[in-house]
Amino acid sequence: MAPEVGHYALILALLISATQAVVPFVGARLRDPALMAFGDQAALAQFAFIGISFVCLTYAFVTSDFSVEVVAANSHTAKPLLYKISGVWGNHEGSMLLWVLILSLFGAAIAIFGGNLPDTLRANVFAVHGMVGFGFLAFIAFTSNPFARLHPAPDDGNGLNPILQDPGLAIHPPFLYLGYVGFSMAFSFSVAALIDGKVDACWARWVRPWVLAAWCFLTIGIALGSAWAYYTLGWGGWWFWDPVENASFMPWLAGTALLHSALVVERRNSLVSWTILLGILTFSLSLIGTFLVRSGVLTSVHAFAQDPARGVFILGLLVLTTGGALSLYAFRMPGLKYGAPFAPVSRESGLTLNNMLLSAAAATVFLGTFYPLIVDLIGNDKISVGPAYYNLTFVPIMVPLLLMMAVGPTLKWKRDDLRAILARLRRPAVASAVVAILVLMFTLGRDFGAAAFMGVAVWLIAGSLAVLAHRLRLGSVALATSLSLARTMPRAFYGLVIAHAGMGLTVAGITGMTAWATEKIAMTRPGESLHLSGFDLQFKSIGNVPGPNYQAERGVFDVVRNGRLVARLISERRFYPVRQQQTTSSGISTNLISNVYVTLGEPDGKGAWAVRFYYHPLVPWIWLGALMMALGGLVSLSDRRLRVGVPQRLQRHAIAVPAE
Amino acid sequence: MQRLVFLAPVLLFAAVSTGLGLSLRNDPRKMPSTLIDKAMPAFVLASLDDDSGAFSSEDLKGKVALLNVFASWCGGCRVEHPTLMGLANAAIVPIYGVNWKDKPGDGARWLRASKSPYVRVGGDHNGRLGIDLGVTGVPETFVIDQTGRIRYRHAGPITGEVWRDTFAPLLAELGVKR
Repeated sequence: MAPEVGHYALILALLISATQAVVPFVGARLRDPALMAFGDQAALAQFAFIGISFVCLTYAFVTSDFSVEVVAANSHTAKPLLYKISGVWGNHEGSMLLWVLILSLFGAAIAIFGGNLPDTLRANVFAVHGMVGFGFLAFIAFTSNPFARLHPAPDDGNGLNPILQDPGLAIHPPFLYLGYVGFSMAFSFSVAALIDGKVDACWARWVRPWVLAAWCFLTIGIALGSAWAYYTLGWGGWWFWDPVENASFMPWLAGTALLHSALVVERRNSLVSWTILLGILTFSLSLIGTFLVRSGVLTSVHAFAQDPARGVFILGLLVLTTGGALSLYAFRMPGLKYGAPFAPVSRESGLTLNNMLLSAAAATVFLGTFYPLIVDLIGNDKISVGPAYYNLTFVPIMVPLLLMMAVGPTLKWKRDDLRAILARLRRPAVASAVVAILVLMFTLGRDFGAAAFMGVAVWLIAGSLAVLAHRLRLGSVALATSLSLARTMPRAFYGLVIAHAGMGLTVAGITGMTAWATEKIAMTRPGESLHLSGFDLQFKSIGNVPGPNYQAERGVFDVVRNGRLVARLISERRFYPVRQQQTTSSGISTNLISNVYVTLGEPDGKGAWAVRFYYHPLVPWIWLGALMMALGGLVSLSDRRLRVGVPQRLQRHAIAVPAE
Repeated sequence: MQRLVFLAPVLLFAAVSTGLGLSLRNDPRKMPSTLIDKAMPAFVLASLDDDSGAFSSEDLKGKVALLNVFASWCGGCRVEHPTLMGLANAAIVPIYGVNWKDKPGDGARWLRASKSPYVRVGGDHNGRLGIDLGVTGVPETFVIDQTGRIRYRHAGPITGEVWRDTFAPLLAELGVKR
């Protein structure tokens, strides 16, 4: 019964999205408030019905209803509840349903929080959002129905790929999708502005919080994914430049650029045309990411749904949405004249440079991701692009960007003085040089690259603190004045300081991992020890333990340093009988500055096991830094300036009522 | 001129989406082997289980056989291992193994720990035979007919489904009774 209800709700949502795509648009043309107001109702109804549909599918998973094909193919009665639920989006059909659920959530958010938007802009935003929703609902309904039944129903299901049975990965897709799909707001607002023919500071003030929210979720999502890869794949890699990772990283880079350029539109009404383009491109990159994962044009460790028919459909959607939006852009944008002038040394120029570098970085990743396809099309070679490419291209673009990140926030709008800027940056420069020299001394002058990058990391952190000190006038006025300045300082500014410092932390983590990680792999018998970077790893014991839906061989290890026990680590080799698959669970101990990491490998059949022992200094900072960036975004979101105008909502309804 | 600037994104996108559309047509896993219907390249490999001498292309002569390229470090090989064991136990077709780009000892250790489905296994530690066969990754499986020609190449793990849909019909054609 529940699957039929879900299916029916899905079809209703499809029909509602079709009306949402048309009615508000016509309303905006005719300036008819009743037709325009239809957008609100449609968006809310669409969210409600997709919500019902999603709940029904979740119910089928939780109750192990194997007459539903997706459940039979991806679930199993002997699976813990958490993975029954995460199984909903651990497959193609369910993950697409989650995708549209989040899309409609954002649509509903415009209906609820968008009260003070200009009426025609709002109607057009609903219409564009409805079109995107219609495309994807049609995709689900026609090519990937999650409610298809199986007859006869099997006694038990196929189980979920054990490598996906992990708490981190269970919540990774929702965050990633909140990010990906959140950028649909930027897209809808950009296209609506093009239709409306008007882009102003008010528009930017409206778009920015949505972009910021999406960006925060995406940042967390990417960090979760990377942490998952680190602890499940069993050898401590944290980023692989895998096509699926790149698919989430490209929208992140473009979204970061968009956040900053929208700032220029909001404050100075400049870079308007560029910001609109970025709004379209950021969401398009999310769509391309979906295409990459779903079509199977690139093989990847992560890709799990590969079907050319779906690829064709998603490509069609991509062509319609992105192609349509870009054509509109080509057609409408030249008519819109904007751009307040600014001096070569100013906040605007800094942000323009930031945008150029971020776009170049995104383009580099794009090229690296698609190069194998290009080569494949031209010749008949299959190649894959590895980290060497990104080290040569992506890193050199990021270096000036990172250096600029500390400079930018110190710049004044309109015009600034180079000498004054240099004076403001003296302290971070000294701090960064001191750290770089210290690192060189400690590594006996060998690690020049590591020293340079640690210098960059300190430059970012000290630079962010210096901007804060400068704005609070610490040292130049009485402490009480500084404190009162600190209280009245907009939260968005604190957000900036936290996020930029977080990036510094991430850079330090990456540098530590790249330069100083050590490892030892050896056949080891219980009772024997491995020695690495001052740590002794004692292989205590090994035994068989049963898990909820697997059999595990569990190795117990003690990590000892200078005679003191640092941690007891447990690593397991798990065998999942349902999928006949083997996974490894690593033992990791962290003190937030470094990790010790052990993986139990294959036995040699003569009483020894391949044991991999790693020491990863600074690696937790990679993810702590990413979380700090997201936190900075959230702090900035709580700024009241982003919520201004809320009281105007009543007024809008007052106007709308007499017309009804 | 000004208009052209605004037209650039959509033109660029048209090129990108055309490329994506074209690339949809080729499945990276179904890359045709240039060796199809050619004779199996001659080789002599050191046997992985040291007591049974060398494994060479002579061993494959005169019968339908599978040549499975695997490595102890490869996840896909673990996925297909149960399928291969099933085939070996039912004695449907002889399976020969090439242990590709593995550290000496690792391959043999893995086969000892998880049982070997192979009639004979050779170690291709430097990947020389892999180059002759055009191996792009592991696992890969070649079907060789009675006359010593390569009839089919499969990249990726052989699951029950792959066996049923692809291998079984081909082997039936080659006269293997199941």
